[in-house]
Amino acid sequence: MNQATQDPHHIDVKEFHPRARAAISDPKIRQNFRKAMDGLITKRKDAFEGMDLEALRELGANIRLRALANLPDLLEQLEKKLSENGIKVHWATDGDEACRIVRNICVARNAKTVIKGKSMVSEEMELNHYLEERGITALESDLGEYIVQLAGETPSHIIMPAIHKNTGEISELMHQTTGTDLSNDVEYLTASARQQLREKFMNADVGVSGVNFAVAETGTLCLVENEGNGRMTTTVPPCHIAVTGIEKVVGNLEDVAPLLALLTRSATGQHITTYFNMISGPRKLEELDGPEEVHLVLVDNGRSSIYQDDELLDTLRCIRCGACMNHCPVYTRVGGHTYGTTYPGPIGKILMPHLIGLDEGRHLPTASSLCGACGEVCPVKIPIPDLLVRLRQESVDGDKLNPAKVRGHGAKRGSVEALVWKGWSWMHARPGVYRFGTALAARLRKLQPGQLGGWTEYRTAPKLAAKTLHERMKERGQ
Amino acid sequence: MSSRDAILQRLRNRSGGELAIPDCDFSVLQRPSSSVAERVDQFQKTIESVHGEVHRCTSENWITQLADLLSSRGARNLLVPAAHQIGRTLRDADSNELPELLIYDEPIHSWQAQLFNEVDASITSTRGGIAETGSLIMWPTPDEPRLMSLVPPIHIAVLEASELYSTFHEAMQDQNWAAGMPTNALLVSGPSKTADIEQTLAYGVHGPKELIVLVIE
Repeated sequence: MNQATQDPHHIDVKEFHPRARAAISDPKIRQNFRKAMDGLITKRKDAFEGMDLEALRELGANIRLRALANLPDLLEQLEKKLSENGIKVHWATDGDEACRIVRNICVARNAKTVIKGKSMVSEEMELNHYLEERGITALESDLGEYIVQLAGETPSHIIMPAIHKNTGEISELMHQTTGTDLSNDVEYLTASARQQLREKFMNADVGVSGVNFAVAETGTLCLVENEGNGRMTTTVPPCHIAVTGIEKVVGNLEDVAPLLALLTRSATGQHITTYFNMISGPRKLEELDGPEEVHLVLVDNGRSSIYQDDELLDTLRCIRCGACMNHCPVYTRVGGHTYGTTYPGPIGKILMPHLIGLDEGRHLPTASSLCGACGEVCPVKIPIPDLLVRLRQESVDGDKLNPAKVRGHGAKRGSVEALVWKGWSWMHARPGVYRFGTALAARLRKLQPGQLGGWTEYRTAPKLAAKTLHERMKERGQ
Repeated sequence: MSSRDAILQRLRNRSGGELAIPDCDFSVLQRPSSSVAERVDQFQKTIESVHGEVHRCTSENWITQLADLLSSRGARNLLVPAAHQIGRTLRDADSNELPELLIYDEPIHSWQAQLFNEVDASITSTRGGIAETGSLIMWPTPDEPRLMSLVPPIHIAVLEASELYSTFHEAMQDQNWAAGMPTNALLVSGPSKTADIEQTLAYGVHGPKELIVLVIE
C-alpha cells in the first residue's frame, strides 16, 4: 500500500500498523527521514551552544504555564486589544465553525482565491478542502506546502512539510503539474516556484496565515518564517485572515523574546528565522500597502477539554517546533504520514487523541518506545512520555469511579486482557497462591509454546526458568 | 450562547480548579555588557553565516560603496524612501554612478505589477539591529512601506552601528515597544531562504535573494 497516494481526507487513523509496516519496508522513506533528522539534531545542538539551555527552557515552560493559568483573561484582553487596533476577532468551537467563518469573510468580499502561509491549525480544520468544495481556490505558498499540495498530499512534518520527498521526486512532480523542466538543480526549482507564486500573490483576494504567538498586552500577532511567503500573504492581498488555537496567546510582549529564541533553535537549529513578522493592525489611512482588513479566528477544537485536567493541560504549552519528532526514533523510522494525523510524532501522539478521540486514535499513545528523547528536548519541558503513559491508561481504563477525561476513554479495553490483569493482581496480592502458581509454571515449562503471536515475529520467546526465584533463594539458604 | 461565551465559560469553570501562576525569571536573557565594536563584529559574523552581506562604511563614503555594489550587480534602478534622510541624500547626491532612483509614493494597487516585475533593488533605514541573532529591526512606515524591503530581489538596509543591541529582549525593552506597536514590526535576518527541497538551501524563494547591510560606523 502506497501511503502517499491515499486520499488525505479519508485516512483511517486506526490503520496505523499496516502503514507502519509499509513505511518500514520502504528504504526511501527511511533514508529521507534519517538524513533530515540527523541534520536537524546536530543543528539544534550547535544553535544552543554557549547558552544556559536549561534556564531558558525553564523560562519558556513558565511563560507558557503562566499564560495558561490566565488563559480566559488573556483571551479577553487579546480580543479587546486587537479590536482597538482594528483587527476583527472571531471564535470557533471546532474546525467546521472556523472554516465557515473564513468562508463567510471570503463571501462578504466576493473573494474567489485565497493564498496561504503555513498554518497547522488550517490543516487541522482541513480548510483547503472545505473552501475548494465551495468554489474558492486555496493555494499554499510555503514551498514545502506548495509541493505537498501539487502532489495532493498532506504535510509529513510540521516544519518541513515535504521532507518525505527527495529532489528527484519533486522535480518530476513539478514537471508534471506545472511544466517546469526536469532538473536536480534546487535553485532552478525554487526560482520556478517563486515565479509561479508571485503571479498568485498579486491576484489573490485573501491571505490566510497561522500565528506563532498572539500577544495580549499589545494585540500583536507574531509569525515566524524564512521564505517571505508569510510576509507576502499578510501584506499583498487586501484581506488577511489569521487562524490560531486558543492556547497560542501569551501575556506580555516581553514573553515573545525567550519563546522565539527557543522556537527557532529547537525547530531548525537557527538562531532566528529570516523573518519575524509582528502584525498589530490593518493598513492605516496614510499607509501605502498592507491589508485593509485583518481578522483573527480563535479556534478551540478540543483545547478547552484538554484544559480541564491538571496533567493533560501541559499538552497546551506546545509552541510547535517539531523538535520532539526530529528526535523520535519511531517518527524517524516510519515518517509523518504513517500516523495518519494532522500532527505526527510525539506531540501528535499526545494531542491528536483529544481532537479525534481515543477510539480513533487508539494506537497513537502506544506508537512509542518511551525512550524519553522527546521530553528531554522539548523547549517548554512538556513531559511527553508521562502524557503518553497517561493516555495509555485512559485508553484501557474501565474503572467506573474514574471519570473519563479524554473522549473515547476505555476504547482499547478488551475483556480477555482485563481478565488476565485482574487474575494477575489477585494472584500477586496472595503470597501462597503466587508461590504455588510460579512453582507450577516452572514444572510445566516444557509445555510452553515456542511461538507467542506478534512477540516472536522478531524475537525469540522468553523461557520460563526451571526453578522459581523463591526456590533458588531457599537453596542458597537465605 | 455564542461560541465565544461557551469557550470562555468552559475555561473559567475549569474542573481542575485555579492554576498556580509560576514566576518567570528573565535573567537568563541578560548578556555581559559589550562595546559597539564587539556588537558590530558579532552582528556581521552572524548575519554572514546566513548569507547576508555586510559593508562597513562612514557617513561620507556610503554612497560610493552603494553605487559600486549596485553597478556590480547590474541593477537598473533603486527604490529609495521619499522623505527619509537616506532617500534625500541619495537624490541630492546627483551622482551618475547611481542607477535610476524610484520612489514608493502611491498605494500599492496602482503600481503593483511594476514593483513586482521591474524594480531591481531597494534601500531602507532600520531602527537598529540585534548582534546575537544578526537581525535588523524594521518598522515600515508610509515613507518606507512594508513591501519595499520584501519584493525587490536586492534589499539594502542602512544600520547605524551605535543602534546595535545585544539581544531582541534588550532592544524591545530599551525602545519600549510594549507602549505601542506599529501596524507591522519586523526582524529581518538574512535574505529569503528555504530548505524545503531535501534540506538544500536556496535563496530568494519569495523575498529578496540578497540582503546587503551598510553599517555606518
